[in-house]
Amino acid sequence: MKRTSLLAGVALALGLATGAMADTTKVGFVYVGPVGDGGWTYEHDQGRKAVVEEFGDKVETVYVENVAEGPDAERVITQMALQGADLIFTTSFGYMDQTVNVAKKFPKVKFEHATGYKTADNVSVYSARFYEGRAVQGHIAGKMTKSNIVGYIASFPIPEVIRGINSAYIHAKKVNPDVQFKIIWAYTWFDPAKEADAAKALIEQGADVVLQHTDSTAPQAAAKAAGNVITFGQASDMSEYAPFPRVSSIIDDWAPYYIARTKAVMDGTWTSTNTWDGIGAGMVGIGEISDAVPADVKAEALALKDAIASGEYSPFTGPLKKQDGSDWLGDGETADDGTLAGMNFYVEGLEGDIPQ
Amino acid sequence: MIVMEKRPQPSRAWSLATPVVAVLATMVFGGLLFGVLGTNPFVAIKTIFWDPIFGEFAFYYRPQLLVKGAPLVLIAIGLSLGFKAGIWNIGAEGQYIMGALVGAGVGLAFYPLDAWYIFPLMVIAGAFGGWIWAMIPAVLKVKFGTNEILVSLMLVYVAEQLLASMSLGLLKNPEGFGFPGSRNLNEYASANSWILQDAGMHWGVVAALIAVIFAYVLLNRHMLGFQIRLTGEAPRAARFAGVNPARLILFCLGTSGMLAGLAGMFEVAGPSGQVSIDFNVGYGFTAIIVAFLGRLHPVGILLAGGLMALTYIGGEIAQGNLGLPAAAIQVFQGMLLFFLLALDLLTSYRIRFAKKEVA
Repeated sequence: MKRTSLLAGVALALGLATGAMADTTKVGFVYVGPVGDGGWTYEHDQGRKAVVEEFGDKVETVYVENVAEGPDAERVITQMALQGADLIFTTSFGYMDQTVNVAKKFPKVKFEHATGYKTADNVSVYSARFYEGRAVQGHIAGKMTKSNIVGYIASFPIPEVIRGINSAYIHAKKVNPDVQFKIIWAYTWFDPAKEADAAKALIEQGADVVLQHTDSTAPQAAAKAAGNVITFGQASDMSEYAPFPRVSSIIDDWAPYYIARTKAVMDGTWTSTNTWDGIGAGMVGIGEISDAVPADVKAEALALKDAIASGEYSPFTGPLKKQDGSDWLGDGETADDGTLAGMNFYVEGLEGDIPQ
Repeated sequence: MIVMEKRPQPSRAWSLATPVVAVLATMVFGGLLFGVLGTNPFVAIKTIFWDPIFGEFAFYYRPQLLVKGAPLVLIAIGLSLGFKAGIWNIGAEGQYIMGALVGAGVGLAFYPLDAWYIFPLMVIAGAFGGWIWAMIPAVLKVKFGTNEILVSLMLVYVAEQLLASMSLGLLKNPEGFGFPGSRNLNEYASANSWILQDAGMHWGVVAALIAVIFAYVLLNRHMLGFQIRLTGEAPRAARFAGVNPARLILFCLGTSGMLAGLAGMFEVAGPSGQVSIDFNVGYGFTAIIVAFLGRLHPVGILLAGGLMALTYIGGEIAQGNLGLPAAAIQVFQGMLLFFLLALDLLTSYRIRFAKKEVA
């Protein structure tokens, strides 16, 4: 008798617990950096806050920051699923296999993996066409450089980063045929010390424009110390360094996507999707171009932005050749998404090799 | 006035008590920290130390303790041998990477062949990778008297570069759409270190337990173990007793490198599954804390490894459930080492409250 009543009590408690949980949708976020990085993770966390603001009491969000890409990530994702998350956003490329593994064990939980390519019935992927922003950046960089040397702090030699380098270079070259790119591979997404070292090395090599594909503001600080070097905010506006050295920025805006996907889970309309949005859809924003940029350059940059947003111009429009001189895109031809997604080559004119 | 007085003999009671007192002090001060951050300290401490073992989802976390603790124990056992003899291998992280690279490399070379001998070959290769990496500082020290602390530490960065190069080049998954990282060994049965994945059991856990027993026997029952202890405690006496310092350096660095290499190999073939740029997460450095927390004693290291794994996993739960920032958890782990080292003073010194005297 005692045992049955105990079990009944447990069942009742569980029933109450699930009843209470059914009202709120629990959304988990796994971050690769700290929420205060001022870049990539910061913007994802802004998206999380927007979800809270939108749905109020109907939603509960949890997050874990600084999660290493590997077995630790799998544990953190599993833990969120165990704790009753209905929807989990894993916000770094390196969480791909772990997200898919956990998703297999929790078929009822929905997963969203940023910047990856592996989908499943309960795993969606989403990313932003950052390279569209890079085109605008490249244009400004090409116009602004006096030394004709543009420094580029690259993170990892994966297609997303290579696309950014190519896009920036193509548009810098277009307005300044003498421009030269110097690229340093930092092999990190977030490491202020390494990023600062890379920025200083580039500045010493004569770069007066430093672009970054890493998430901290350390390169901005290095440029500020150098005095005559301009930079662009990465992932986040980094407006604390405006109007100089930061003259503009590429901003990731995840909020609309996160709100829409949370809504879909609440309504029961969530399906596995593959989203790749750019400036047009508002996932990529161009931060205010500061007064350090001459008015005519600013006007051109904004026109380029509008042309990309409307779909009238694609940053990868031929004629374009690969670095080895072979033909890639014919006159007026644009690159298809498949080629862009797996891009592993430089365009003609870039020096150096992609690390192999 | 407070006076520190050196004890004639290190206090055995304090030597055993310091780890326990350090853990308690960490709980108290960590709890205060969590309280200041607006979290109920009792709930936070319970989440970190109790929930992973006895909480609602313990069935998942208990196996994870093995996964997280095994490499720490395996590496720390190796390090403790050298530390006892005053031979400082700080580069276990690099040896861990090299073991994983060589081990995974051998496994991937056989892909997709299905054969029983592949995994044993990988084990040998992993041990060799770690050993040879540790032999560099060992031979340099023996031949040219270089400082093994600097050489072994610097070789960590060399190993990291090699890891990046391998993930992007030689070992890159040919079917990975150009993205860095090797094939996933979890999907290659012949090169897999899991015994029972749901229970957290992989060969690395077994190897860690064997290493504990092996180290215990070595230190307590074997001439070499006696020589190690003697060299650490009384180097001159060791010289007179006929200890060959060069041989001891080669043995201690070689063994610790081998065990670190094994840990890396078991990790890459199991929990991690693939060689990737971010494969190493600092086990080699954390193992130094584990070795000292365990008083350089094999059984102590086993317990310390478990405790360290607990703070990692409990810390993640506390982040997810209580919204504690990651930095607070790291401070908490740092406190543990801080209190341990601070209280260690009591082993060799006595604190006395004396009246001010005229000099």
